[in-house]
Amino acid sequence: MPYVFNTDDERSEMLAAIGAESIDELFNCIPQDMQLKRALNIPAGLGEMELTAHLQALSTQNKSINEQTCFLGGGSYDHFVPAVVDTLASRGEFYTSYTPYQPEVSQGNLQVMFEYQTLICQLTGMDVSNASLYDGGTAATEAMLMAMRVTRRTQKVVVASSVHPEYRQILETYFACIGTEMVVVDCGIGTMQAAAIAQVVDEETAAVLIQNPNFFGNVEDIATISEIAHAQGALLVCSVDPISLGILQRPGDAGVDIVVAEGQSLGTPLLYGGPYLGIMACRESFVRRLPGRIAGETVDRNGKQCWVLTLQTREQHIRREKATSNICTNQGLFALRAAIYLSVMGPQGMQSVANLCTQKAHYAAAELIQHDRFELAFGNGFFKEFVVRDTQNDVQQLLHQACENNILAGLPLGRWYDELADCLLITITEKRTKQEIDDLVNILTQ
Amino acid sequence: MRNTQATKLIFELSQPGRSGVCIAESDVPNQDPAEWFPTGALSATPPPLPELTEPDVVRHFTNLSTLNMSVDTHYYPLGSCTMKYNPKRNERIAAFDGLAQIHPYQPEDTVQGMLQLLYGLQNMLAEISGLPVVSLQPAAGAHGELAALMLAAAYFREQGENRTIVLAPDSAHGTNPASARMAGFDFVTIPSCSDGRVDIEKLKEQLNDQTAVFMITNPSTLGLFDDQVREISDLVHECGGLIYLDGANMNAILGITRPGDFGADMMHFNPHKTFSGPHGGGGPGAGPICVTAELGAYLPKPIVGFDDSSQTYFLDNNRPKSIGRVRSFFGNVGVLVRAYSYILSHGPIGLKRIAENAVLNANYLLSQVSGFLDVPLGNRCMHEFVASAESIGKQNGFHQPAMDIAKRLLDYGYHPPTVYFPLTVHEAMMMEPTETESKQTLDEFAKTLETIVQESPEVLAMAPHSTIISRPDEVQAARKPIMKWTPKQD
Repeated sequence: MPYVFNTDDERSEMLAAIGAESIDELFNCIPQDMQLKRALNIPAGLGEMELTAHLQALSTQNKSINEQTCFLGGGSYDHFVPAVVDTLASRGEFYTSYTPYQPEVSQGNLQVMFEYQTLICQLTGMDVSNASLYDGGTAATEAMLMAMRVTRRTQKVVVASSVHPEYRQILETYFACIGTEMVVVDCGIGTMQAAAIAQVVDEETAAVLIQNPNFFGNVEDIATISEIAHAQGALLVCSVDPISLGILQRPGDAGVDIVVAEGQSLGTPLLYGGPYLGIMACRESFVRRLPGRIAGETVDRNGKQCWVLTLQTREQHIRREKATSNICTNQGLFALRAAIYLSVMGPQGMQSVANLCTQKAHYAAAELIQHDRFELAFGNGFFKEFVVRDTQNDVQQLLHQACENNILAGLPLGRWYDELADCLLITITEKRTKQEIDDLVNILTQ
Repeated sequence: MRNTQATKLIFELSQPGRSGVCIAESDVPNQDPAEWFPTGALSATPPPLPELTEPDVVRHFTNLSTLNMSVDTHYYPLGSCTMKYNPKRNERIAAFDGLAQIHPYQPEDTVQGMLQLLYGLQNMLAEISGLPVVSLQPAAGAHGELAALMLAAAYFREQGENRTIVLAPDSAHGTNPASARMAGFDFVTIPSCSDGRVDIEKLKEQLNDQTAVFMITNPSTLGLFDDQVREISDLVHECGGLIYLDGANMNAILGITRPGDFGADMMHFNPHKTFSGPHGGGGPGAGPICVTAELGAYLPKPIVGFDDSSQTYFLDNNRPKSIGRVRSFFGNVGVLVRAYSYILSHGPIGLKRIAENAVLNANYLLSQVSGFLDVPLGNRCMHEFVASAESIGKQNGFHQPAMDIAKRLLDYGYHPPTVYFPLTVHEAMMMEPTETESKQTLDEFAKTLETIVQESPEVLAMAPHSTIISRPDEVQAARKPIMKWTPKQD
């Protein structure tokens, strides 16, 4: 028992102090017929050495991206993580602390939350940010629920088909319970078209959800979509790739009302999908309808500047069934990682990484379509991901061939889009070298 | 000595022209991105982030970290949060390349080890809960509650029943009613009796053909095992409803009793509590849910399956009755890896010892503090207990008894218990020592508490005296919220 202190002698002393004969007696409140009376049928406990060996064995049955070249994206990205992020985030004072309910002994975490919120506002151009939600998908869903509270419209929302298919699945799950209609606008040419949205957004629409760059990697015309949504009194919710904001216009400067993002790109490894970081920021006037924790500045009883959790009357532990959300945690450790990442990158670092991504992605696309077998499904208005069509319609063979050569070539889109069954979504981060891209092209065109 | 220069806001440390990274030139020919995007899509300037060197960043965040209390540095008896030790072996394991550096959309044959791990965890949670079908997808306890209630709604819809009401006792976590509303239910609170158990007569009055789910936290937030739980579940089942078990307090009953054996149909685990996932300053957690065979088909998808014929693990998306997704990708895998590692470190004997020692420690602490603090719900508890500072506060003239004592504890280097929760006890102080603390720590803590309650009301009212700040003005923070730094106007 590696983490339990009590020796047999101490146990006896403690039982005597309690006035109990045995530890079993302490469980007498559980009726005998409810007690298990047998050992749990799980494997016997392992020492640290055996445990580590067992997990090492499981680990080596997975092929990590350090053993192959990763062109997979779709919401989870192989960006470079500077060593300072890991070093600082692995300090026990950060990762073994809890929610800062006692501000006097949590100023470190509270200040990090406040700095994180500011950094997110600087990155997105929004007025206020919360201290984070679970992930990009649930953040998009919470944003749509929030838009319904802000507009007091609960009948209908409009969502682009170019929003991450899994995010749309989450929305479907949540809306099925509350009876909100979700109209999906087809983005068959790779972006959301003004005419198509104008047709479906009406006075009952709470919000329009788009993604930018969208799931296909393409940059949407936010300004036009924003005008159409706002003309009907609907809000515009935009899920962004935070890395793209190194060069793209900030959504807050383009008329977006609520910005959400998957923050994994900001200093978190792939982790087979989680835990990640749900970013959410909005206009100042919506703040009392914002879900999740928020850190705020104040002064202590001696007038000293400090930070606390604020606007807690929105939250479940105070408001119970009237809360803005049931959310109790934030992703504190991953908000910390994002804050460290953005601090060390700075404006120039973010711009350089974004520029590298898009330059290399366009190079890769251009190289691929020099071969007759491939064409771009949607033109070249993409950031770091693009959809390439295999004119021989044999995506599985391509992926297999690449895999044999230690390349994760891309994401087959047929699982979500029937009309794109012959297409791959290829992602290029700043980590991909020209040589790796050339190798990919060679393998796919062999 | 405190470094106050490094803990200025990071924006105040910024100097134009500094940089923390050196990024190589592109190795492909550079083109003008303006050709690719709609007009106005590009920004003329990069985002106005602070400009710092790497050493700036390291000194800043390292110094900030030292302003926190944490489990690694302090005793943290925060009731309902199970602040147990976070084993370092789990941190190293979770960082293995093959577990941390894999993409969620990799082909399944390249992640068989991960799928085997997750499949193993599903099975172990099924055994520990006594509920056979498991989804690891929810991202937190509250998210698990919500997913389970959505599942209940889908189940009733398929049964052709329109059940609209979720019930929970007044001692429930705030997430219970909030989750019920998000899942589209109306919520009704059931009062507790003075002994902390659910008031069964009041419950009976509310049960009818509209009852969908009764949510119960057992052991409760009062640290008591409600021995009526089977009677309650029989009553709810008789009227066609389901029982949800909020598993926040599973640490008390690991290997002793199982929710599935005392009538629960659905439950969530909090691996960041029970299975030692570090709390990370408020997250991430995870909220795996376990349900009966009958409800299994409705769980969020995918779950991990094992194909006997090919002897391979796979993501089972072919689940037509599933409520769908509640989160992108598979789930909070990093937290689940630590839970798997933790459960395997203990095995059946070890898990039971956890519960035994958590309960022993809580009862021992109760015995040590009941001499000077009221413990209104009796002299026995499970993994935690709720003391009340009301009468000692009155007697000694404390201003806000539970708050004042909590703040004074900070001066002595202890993280205070949870205060003012549950709502059913006045001036509540909810203490959960966990199994990973020694008798010596509990003795010292009790002695300190005893010292504090004898101190003058003025000393307590002005506490803490030794921390870098004291009693921040939360009213002002909420009245005029300042939620980000802005540059000073000259």
